Amino acid sequence: MIFASVTNLLSAAEKSGLPLWECILRHSAEESGIDPAASRARMRKCLDAMREADASYDPQQRSRSTLVGGQAEKMRLQAEAGRSISGEFIGRILAGALRMGECNACMHRIVAAPTAGACGVLPAVLLPYAEKYGTSDEELVNALYIASGFGCVIAQRASISGAEAGCQAEIGSASAMAAAALVYLHGGTPEQMANAVAIALKNLMGLACDPVAGLVEVPCVKRNAIGAMNALTAAELALAGISSAIPADEVIDAMRQVGLSLPGALRETGKGGIAAAPTAMRFAASFFG
Amino acid sequence: MDIFEIIGPIMVGPSSSHTAGAVRIGLVARKLLARPPVRAELLLHGSFAATGRGHGTDRALVAGLLGFEPDDTRIPDSFVYAKEAGLDFRFDTVELRDAHPNSVLLRLWAEPDGKPMEVVGASIGGGRIEIREFNGIKLRFSAEAPTLIVKNRDNPGSVADVSYLISRRSINIATFQVNRSSRGGEAVMVIECDTPIRQELITAIRSMPDIVDAVGINP
Ligand code: SF4
Repeated sequence: MIFASVTNLLSAAEKSGLPLWECILRHSAEESGIDPAASRARMRKCLDAMREADASYDPQQRSRSTLVGGQAEKMRLQAEAGRSISGEFIGRILAGALRMGECNACMHRIVAAPTAGACGVLPAVLLPYAEKYGTSDEELVNALYIASGFGCVIAQRASISGAEAGCQAEIGSASAMAAAALVYLHGGTPEQMANAVAIALKNLMGLACDPVAGLVEVPCVKRNAIGAMNALTAAELALAGISSAIPADEVIDAMRQVGLSLPGALRETGKGGIAAAPTAMRFAASFFG
Repeated sequence: MDIFEIIGPIMVGPSSSHTAGAVRIGLVARKLLARPPVRAELLLHGSFAATGRGHGTDRALVAGLLGFEPDDTRIPDSFVYAKEAGLDFRFDTVELRDAHPNSVLLRLWAEPDGKPMEVVGASIGGGRIEIREFNGIKLRFSAEAPTLIVKNRDNPGSVADVSYLISRRSINIATFQVNRSSRGGEAVMVIECDTPIRQELITAIRSMPDIVDAVGINP
């Protein structure tokens, strides 16, 4: 089973002599009994749907709870005016992450990656990257296979569900997947992708799932922004040749253990963490009346 | 492991369990009714009742009843489309016994004054669902595979009859459950198959003795 561990994934690719993305594509297609070309077409659709979702953003729109909306536009304007501390590229990533998170909260069509709450992380780094470096869509689709391959390992060894293992499993997993995808796009090796995955997961380990009033809005939307920045950080480190002192599989196992030991209040029940702050409780009481 | 559960599904937000799963429950219920519903009562249980409004669970369920898929951008406006389609609906909350936290009891009418069909559906995570009750009989199926639901007077011969009709058409049976109503007298068979179910098979099953009704749903 190539998705049982990062070690298996990397050694399967090495043995086959195929690039990692292709190894992931072939194995997954075979497992689900679909044609590799059909799989690729479907992944391509996911990429297109990410772009469409990004373009569907409406700065005037507010979520049903009114807690979310319009923030991505502020970030975009800030970046475009050249006022962002870290420059336009980073500003764009931040705006993109918020945009997708807000689109999700406002019931637009999005691509869960790996979940709806974390749908902003991957497109937030991939789309500005492609624009900056002139990456082809074919390469972006390859990067999505890389992301999904590592995501599969995390889902199998640990979890990608906030209700099961906290936000580390949603935003954390999305961030790890995006980090691997960035390393791929920037010409890194599979080992560097594994290191980026390990670093990204370690950085968000223990993150609670604590949505205010149980809605995928606060803190979810802004966590997409940190998930994207963390992906970039992990990818930069890994590409510089910095390795994770703890191998990716052990980090994933540790994340699983942390998830198991998280109390129920921090697993999507809307009862602990930020959701239990006085303002959050007041909001929840008035919204559900 | 399906990689399109990692990248994907493409869906209308904000929540795979409270939105995408809710659409699917509505959709499967519509298929079980086998006709467009004209009237619906939607009784929300647990977390569906508590946070459903903020997640658009209400609009998602109605969208499913209208036959929309989870990626249909009309979902947020499903109440408007329901009006156009002549679907009269009403929401309420309910306390179901031993139910999954994300559950809904749907009562659907194909004719305004007929007898309603009742379905309990649960959204079990990641957009996946299970039908847990059908017209008062407890059962369990995901509707991810072509599924036959056959209601019969509880008589051992019926299982053999139905199996025979299926095997004669060279359809592979993946799973076969028989669920009896606690009140006795009636049973429901749930048969998951490897190939789509055609109307011709359903007609054949309906004509057998002791069969009360049969429906087939294809994903
Ligand atoms: S806080 Fe919970 S619901 Fe929000 S993104 Fe994180 S895991 Fe998802």
